Amino acid sequence: MATPVLDKVEKDSAASPYITVTMRIRRFNPEVSDAAVWEDFQIEIDPKERVLDALHKIKWDVDGTLTFRRSCAHGICGSDAMRINGKNRLACKTLIKDINPEKPITVEAIKGLTVLKDLVVDMEPFFQAYRDVMPFLVTKGNEPTRERLQSAEDRERFDDTTKCILCAACTSSCPVFWNDGQYFGPAAIVNAHRFIFDSRDEAGEQRLEILNDKDGVWRCRTTFNCTDACPRGIEVTKAIQEVKRALITRRF
Amino acid sequence: MSTDTTSAIGPVEGGPRYDVDNPAPYIEAPRKRTGRTPRATRGNFEMAAWLFMRLSGVVLVVLVLGHLLIQLFLDGGVSKVGFAFVAGRWASPFWQVWDLLMLWLAMLHGANGLRTVINDYAERANTRLWLKGLLYTATVFTILLGTLVIFTFDPNIR
Repeated sequence: MATPVLDKVEKDSAASPYITVTMRIRRFNPEVSDAAVWEDFQIEIDPKERVLDALHKIKWDVDGTLTFRRSCAHGICGSDAMRINGKNRLACKTLIKDINPEKPITVEAIKGLTVLKDLVVDMEPFFQAYRDVMPFLVTKGNEPTRERLQSAEDRERFDDTTKCILCAACTSSCPVFWNDGQYFGPAAIVNAHRFIFDSRDEAGEQRLEILNDKDGVWRCRTTFNCTDACPRGIEVTKAIQEVKRALITRRF
Repeated sequence: MSTDTTSAIGPVEGGPRYDVDNPAPYIEAPRKRTGRTPRATRGNFEMAAWLFMRLSGVVLVVLVLGHLLIQLFLDGGVSKVGFAFVAGRWASPFWQVWDLLMLWLAMLHGANGLRTVINDYAERANTRLWLKGLLYTATVFTILLGTLVIFTFDPNIR
């Protein structure tokens, strides 16, 4: 008889994949209090789901006032960078099972930027630094009638830094940025690197000059927090060092 | 989340201090990048300082380790160091140059390191000004005094 097999199947499907996870979230609402507080939420969730799914569960089923940014939810838009268990990550790329769900999972806003509400921060200083390095192609002369050609090697030179999604995980993990928001921050330097080492671009000098500023690349202390934080795996500190080297070899 | 009832108690006594019309002030970073952040670069000072730290560091490794070896380990260790020992060493221009170089490089290296620490950690402009003022005064004083001693050292002083 097939009964034992049937029993086993029933047993397996009865075993729920769901576990109880404590989400410890740093809440701040200026319309209620000037103090930020930790709030715990107990939720049932499949450990193979992501931290973003847990936040959705809370927002949709438990407490609709929980505020956070997210757009694509698939690790490309860079909206949902947050400090999860003390490390900057994208909530949509962090699986619950990878961050020890037995203990409470702490979620807070990224540091170094003004918290507006719960997990939402004011990104303006971050984007200002990005704008300041001129993150666009600058060329002289007539526009070619076809595309601007580039060899595979020339493209490879800056391939790593094209991956940036501007999530601010790196910049808001940088201790120099925490203490002095005037520093350009890793993200702006990465995006400057993307154009400085692009053979088609002609404003590399200008960008290097901007980054030679007193708040530019020389403030980098090579802590490697940015490289650890980057959800795209960009070697951020290496890119900053390459900009430093370009500045020095250009002068000597 | 505040669950206070505001009806019975006046606004001064209790109840939420902040509401929709009167939100709490944001805790802004003391300094942040805005459109008006100065963009003009004034020379290559930061680059020179960065390079100086690397180069002087390499030279200092040799100078300081050599100094420690001679002063503390060779020929009977630290007990031999006295007025006569120093006088004997500074009779030779080689040791004069060694000590002078070590003084200048170590002081400038340390001062520049402290300058970056102050830049990184002192948040208010006034604090920075005073700390850096103190640092530069101490550095200049020590360098000048040390240089004076090395050049005007008189072994027959009594």
